[in-house]
This record gives sequence, C-alpha cells and structure tokens, in this order.
Amino acid sequence: MNARLLLAAASLLALAVPVAAQDMVVTNATVALGDGSAPIERATVVVRAGRVVAAGAGVAVPAEMTPVDGSGMWVTPGLFASITNLGLSDVDAVDESSDVSADRSPFSAALDVSPVINPAAQDIAISRAGGVTRASVTPEAGSEIFAGQGALIDLGVGRTPVTNPRAFQLVELGERGAQLSGGSRTSAHAMLRNALVEASSFAADPERETDVMLTRFDAAALVPVVSGQQKLYVRVHRASDILAALELTEIFPALDLVLVGATEGWMVADAIAAAGVPVIAAALNDLPESFERLAATQSNIGRMVDAGVMVGIGGYESSGDHPRSLPQMAGNLVAVSRMPGAAGLSWGEALASITSVPAQIAGLAAGTGTLAAGAPGDVVLWDGDPLELSSAPVRVFIEGVEQPLDNHQTRLRDRYRSLDESEMPRGMVR
Amino acid sequence: MRKALARSAALLALAGALAACSSTGTTSGPASASAAAPADDPYPSTYERYPGVATALVGATVYDGAGGRIENGTVLFADGEVVAIGGPNLPIPASYTRIDGTGKFVTPGVIDIHSHLGDYPTPSVAAHSDGNEATSPTTPEVWAEHSVWPQDPGFSRALMNGGVTTLQILPGSANLMGGRSVTLRNVPSRTVQGMKFPGAPYSLKMACGENPKRVYGGRNQLPSTRMGNFAVNRQTWIDAQEYAADETPDRNLANETLAGVLAGDIMVQNHCYRADEMALVLDMADEFGYRVTAFHHAVESYKIADLLREHDVCSAVWADWYGFKMEAYDAIPENAALIHNAGACVVIHSDDQNGIQRLNQEAAKAQADGRRIGIDIPDEQVISWFTLNAARAMGIDEQTGSLATGKMADVVLWNGDPLSVYSRPEMVWVDGALLYDANDPARRPVSDFELGQPGEGDTK
Repeated sequence: MNARLLLAAASLLALAVPVAAQDMVVTNATVALGDGSAPIERATVVVRAGRVVAAGAGVAVPAEMTPVDGSGMWVTPGLFASITNLGLSDVDAVDESSDVSADRSPFSAALDVSPVINPAAQDIAISRAGGVTRASVTPEAGSEIFAGQGALIDLGVGRTPVTNPRAFQLVELGERGAQLSGGSRTSAHAMLRNALVEASSFAADPERETDVMLTRFDAAALVPVVSGQQKLYVRVHRASDILAALELTEIFPALDLVLVGATEGWMVADAIAAAGVPVIAAALNDLPESFERLAATQSNIGRMVDAGVMVGIGGYESSGDHPRSLPQMAGNLVAVSRMPGAAGLSWGEALASITSVPAQIAGLAAGTGTLAAGAPGDVVLWDGDPLELSSAPVRVFIEGVEQPLDNHQTRLRDRYRSLDESEMPRGMVR
Repeated sequence: MRKALARSAALLALAGALAACSSTGTTSGPASASAAAPADDPYPSTYERYPGVATALVGATVYDGAGGRIENGTVLFADGEVVAIGGPNLPIPASYTRIDGTGKFVTPGVIDIHSHLGDYPTPSVAAHSDGNEATSPTTPEVWAEHSVWPQDPGFSRALMNGGVTTLQILPGSANLMGGRSVTLRNVPSRTVQGMKFPGAPYSLKMACGENPKRVYGGRNQLPSTRMGNFAVNRQTWIDAQEYAADETPDRNLANETLAGVLAGDIMVQNHCYRADEMALVLDMADEFGYRVTAFHHAVESYKIADLLREHDVCSAVWADWYGFKMEAYDAIPENAALIHNAGACVVIHSDDQNGIQRLNQEAAKAQADGRRIGIDIPDEQVISWFTLNAARAMGIDEQTGSLATGKMADVVLWNGDPLSVYSRPEMVWVDGALLYDANDPARRPVSDFELGQPGEGDTK
C-alpha cells in the first residue's frame, strides 16, 4: 500500500514538473502561419529555445537537428481562446467549485481572477488537448455592471498559468448591464460614467476619506481603465448599444475599448472600423435570443471583417461551447463564405480569428499566435486540416515545451474501451 | 386495461393506415386525421404537404440513411414520396426536373429527437418559457404541443443550416415525468396542428438525476434525492397500473398518458446522464412493464453499452458536451463510437436551438473520436445517427428517416460532404416540397416575429 501511494505521489510529481523546452524541426507538413495567409504545403517549421525560428517552404533544416517527418500532418500556431472561464470552475453548475462570478461580493471592478486560476482544472487539460495554448480568462458580472479584471494565461502544464494579470476590465452595458444596474440601460450608462469619473478623481486624490458610489478598492481598480493602461471590454449586442459604447471615448478619450458580443455589429461595422475598436464575437449566433440580438446572423463576423474591423472568435454561451470547439466555429465561417448572400472568412482568416487576431486583441506581443520568426514556440501538430471536424491535435507545444494531452476524459476512455470484467472490475483498470 | 387496449388498437390502425397511404401515394395528412377518433386524437394534425415538382437528383453521392451509399447516385421523388433511388443508370421519367448534384451529397432530411423549439422559443424571454411545468414532480398530463409557438425563428434556422425536416419537441427535465412530446414536420405553419407529424406516436418525457431533485428538493419537497426520484416514480406507476386496470375510471389526463405507456402506445424518452441510474431505470421499466425507447444525453452510456444493447435501448447523445453539471463530469467524446461499437443504437441529438443546426457536424466529430481509438464507423452508418436511428426511436421510421421507395420525400442536397465542417444544405425538401433553396431568397422561411425587424430575411 505504501509503495502504491509512493508511486501515485511520484506520478503526480511527474505531471507537475515542467519539461525543458525542446528544439524541434518538422518537415513535409502543411503549415498554416496563423497570420491570415493560406496554408503552405511541404513546409518546414523550426523551433529553438522556445521560439519559432522559421516556418515556410524552403526553410533549411539546421544541420544538427533531426527533423520530425510531418507528412500528412498540419502545423499551426497554438489556438487563443477569448473570454473563457478556464481555471475558474470545475463544474459550471456546482457552485462551490466555481469562481466565475461573485454576486454577493461587496466588490466589483476590483475583483481579479489572476490569483484564483487553477491550472489543474480539467477544462484547461481538455482545452490543451484541443490545441488551445493561450486564453483570456474573465470573471462574469455578479451584482454590478463591472465583472472585474481578467487575465491572460498559457495552458502549459506545471507552469504558473497567468502571463498577464489584470489585462482587462469587463463591463456589461446591454440588457445584462441594465438588469445589474437597477433595471435600465440608463442606469448602466450612469453607473459606468460615474465610476470612471470617480476613478479619475481617485487617481488625483487617493486620500479621499469616504466611499462615494465605489469602494476605494473598486475605484482604484478603474484608474488604469480611465487612463487607458488597462483595456475595457464592453459587452454589448444591439447596434445602438455598440454605437453608445463607441461614444464613451468622447468623454473618456483614453479608454482602450474592446467590444465583446456585438451580435448586431454588422449593422454598424463601418462605425466600429472607423473607431478602430476590435471585437470579440461568437461565430455562429443566428437567432434573436433577445431583443438586443434581433439581427443575429452567422455572417456577422465576415461582414465586420469585410468592413475592416479586427474580429476574433470568442464567447461560449451554450453548454456545448468549449474552447476546443474553436476550430469548428472557425471552419463554419469558411462554410458560410461559400453561401450565396452570406459573408464568412477565408480559410486563412478563419485560422487567424482563433490564433493571432485574438492574441493581438488581448494585447500580447506582435507575432503571438503566428509562426513568425521570434514568436513564442506555441505549436500544434494536427492529424489533418485543423478546422475540419475529423482532425485533432497530435502534439502540442507551448514555448517549445511538449504538453501532455491526457486528462480525465482520456483516462475514462481507456478504462471503458473494453467492458470485460471477467478478470477484474473496470474500477481497477488504469 | 380494456380502455388502454382499445387505445392501442386505434393507434395501430392509424399506423397501418399511414403505411398504406405511403405505399399508394395518397397524401397522408387528412387521411390520418380522420382515421382517429377525437377522444384519442383531440388535437389532430392538419399538416398537408406543400406542392412539389417531380424531381430527379443526379450525380451526387447519396447516403440513404439506412447504411447505404451510392456514388453518382440518382434519387427520384414525386407527389411527396421517394419513387426510387439508384445509380447513374436508373431511368428518369421525362417529366422529372433534373437537378445536377455532381460534387454534392444527398441525405434524408435530418431528424432531431430532442428539441425544445417552440416550447422554449427565441427570443428567450420569461414570457416564452413554456417547456417545464415545474409545479409538480410528475406532470404526465401536460402535452408539449400546447406550448409550441409555431413562430419560433429557430425552426427556420434548423431547416436552412441544419437540413432538419422532422423534430420531436420534448417537455423539459425539471420533472421526473415531464409530459408528452410532439413530433413536428419542420414547415412554416400558423398552427402547431399544421406541423404535427401525421400518425407519429407520442412519447413521455422522463428525467433522472439532478434536475428533479434539485428543483423540488430546493423547495423542501419530495423528491430531494435520487432515491426520492425513484420512490415518486414507482408510486406514480403503481397508481397508473391501477388506473389502467379499472374498466370505468374517472378520466385522468396524467394516468391516460401513463396507461398509454404501459400499453406500449406511448414511447419513453428518458433524460438520464449517469450509467448507474440508467441501469436502475431499466429495472424500474421491467418492474412496471414498460419500455424505455431512448436515454437522452446519456453521457455515460459508454460505461454500460453492453446493457443498453441487451435492452435494445437507444442513446440520444451530444458529441462532446461535458462538465457543465456534476452528472456530466464523466462525459467523453468517444461515447457515441463506443456505444455503436458495442452494437447498441446511437442517435445524435441537440437539446439546443443552435446545436440543432449542426447535428451532422456533431456526428462527424463523434465518428472521428471513435476512429482515433480504432473504431472505424463508415460515413454511411454515421449518417443514420441523425436520420433513420432517430426516426426509429420516434416511431416514425416507416414514414421517414431513409430514402426508400414509398417513404416521405424528406431530402437534403448538401453542397459538400455532410460530415465536413465546410458543407451546408443547399436545398431542403419536406415531403417533396422545396422549402429551402440557398440560391433563392424567396425559399427561406421568415417567422412572423422577424417581419419588419432588423435582419428580416437575411442569410442566417
């Protein structure tokens, strides 16, 4: 028994210890750079010291390196999942396992996910096996229009997940914001404006004696928002709500806005493009789920991109939406591009919408989410076209470190591959 | 008991009439409606097929829904029925309109066995929340058709993006016994009767596990535990047996439904996630002499696929939903493939107004997850997961679900392989009537709700 416990402890340790970055060359693969360009056949990818050195056709294999034969495989940058709850809950409907929202907290804007993200959560392991290497993690609004501060993470095993704490603040300004602020969008807008004014005055006079509307902690949290040092993600869907959000910069010119949701964005795409505000939108919403989403269509993203808006795919609204579904969402937008009267994405744009574009919107260094020289060595080898339903990652690397792809699901799968209990119960098969 | 048997005979007669209609080519709607006595069918279907033209689909890869695949196939349909399917040499009558399907694919109309369209329609406002009569843990007396709003815009999305021609609307899972389902043709209609699938049997929606005990336990009512769930179910079945045995019972809507189940006239669609609970439900069904047709969601079916095969129970599943509630924690993407591999029946379902638009894609993912563990299921069998298998588990496989002579001409022409993410329905026929054509904005249903509003008539 002791020996078994020791073994178990040893295997846990083995899981937790990070492996060193390995240099790698893949040849003869179909390589998609993630920058919007079309895939390149019979191409080579070189990763050294955790960074991409080169990717493309005609890239020389360094003499001292033994290439991995990528015949039949595809290579892409790792996927970037936007606006996730990764590491914030084990089971969505099990309240005690979830740190997604805090509707009984006295704080709102001050809430910060970075200290509570659990890198061992199954969602992270399952997403990693799906080729997701980085993500933004957001709290959801509980009792105020401000959800709190989100973080950027990488999904590498055995690492500190948070790469960029307090990367953004999220505020609800549509129907949800109206509910949270007292029953009307008027209140949501008043709350937001007041909060930003209070944050400005707090910045000027941090010694203020009393709370006004915001707690000191919440006001302090909004100082970087009003000064433009922290991005403000504004969740809105209705066309008029989008325009109202864009107008915030007339009063608060430093705001660094990102629109989240934007189901009716296509109706005001030119205004969004003119404002230079990027968008994180769900790919396949096409139903009038609410009165703020009457004009929902799967052409939303394609039309916004055609108008010059930077759009990343993100947003997980049904129980079936998971970060590992990103390729399916992107692939569907390629399908949409082939339908008469519809607007979708080219294959290269579709891959970019789940790699480099959301990484750039999140504020990561240029090149992240691509296979450009100098980009982080976040590389996924797939057994086929990564956007196709039949494909899956074969190997996943984060900054050159190969990642384990096993998780609770793969262990269950292996246990129940056979149901034979003639020799021992399935419960002892591992 | 006599009463239940009488009902059973009436329904059987109805089914027989339908089969006859299908083989002789008469329109099934009015015939079936008049065949049933009002007491048995008080809200009869008024569905009648819309006009269509005799059509020959040529040159496409044809999946017949029953496991067959024909390259360069020919599908003939006229007067609402499949006339013949075959290869490139199948003779085509001169009067038929030819549609070139070269490079494209043909399948039967997609069938969703688990939808809440109409009873949880969009917009998803509280005033539209008509899917759970969550005021008592057993409500077999309610009928989903009395909640269905035919103007739910979701029906059109399911048709245009999902190729869905038939769907079963179920009550929700707040209750152990949620009520009767209704099976609908996916046609725009002013009334729900105008959508009702003529002659389709009713199902009783039942639910295991977390939902009922949470809803009622949260009110400090029975049931608050899984054992409470079973106790309430068993006592309700005992009462129903007494009702069914009474030759002159006072009319009771709840027991009418349950007696119909005990008589085998009404199928059982049982929401159940965990393997151990499904096994207990199978014993409960034996105890009271009814049959579970399908377990829905069934994320742990892979743990008892042998048992499900022995009991001939289908699993209506998602491809890869997981983790959203405790009883979904052991969901794995290989579930469908493992069930199929054990010889048990797989149906891919949606339970979702978005997922219903992509049942083909969910099946393709489940197929691929099987292939990666060495379970190779041919495409033509995977197609049956969202066509004929669903029809069987809804009791309408004599009428639809596969492309066979005499069956309803429910047909989808896909612009590519339906198991590819890059493919979409190009044309959809319901009973031989072209109700969606991607190239013709006039052949695109638009709900009353959408008229005069942003996005009306847009590509969706």
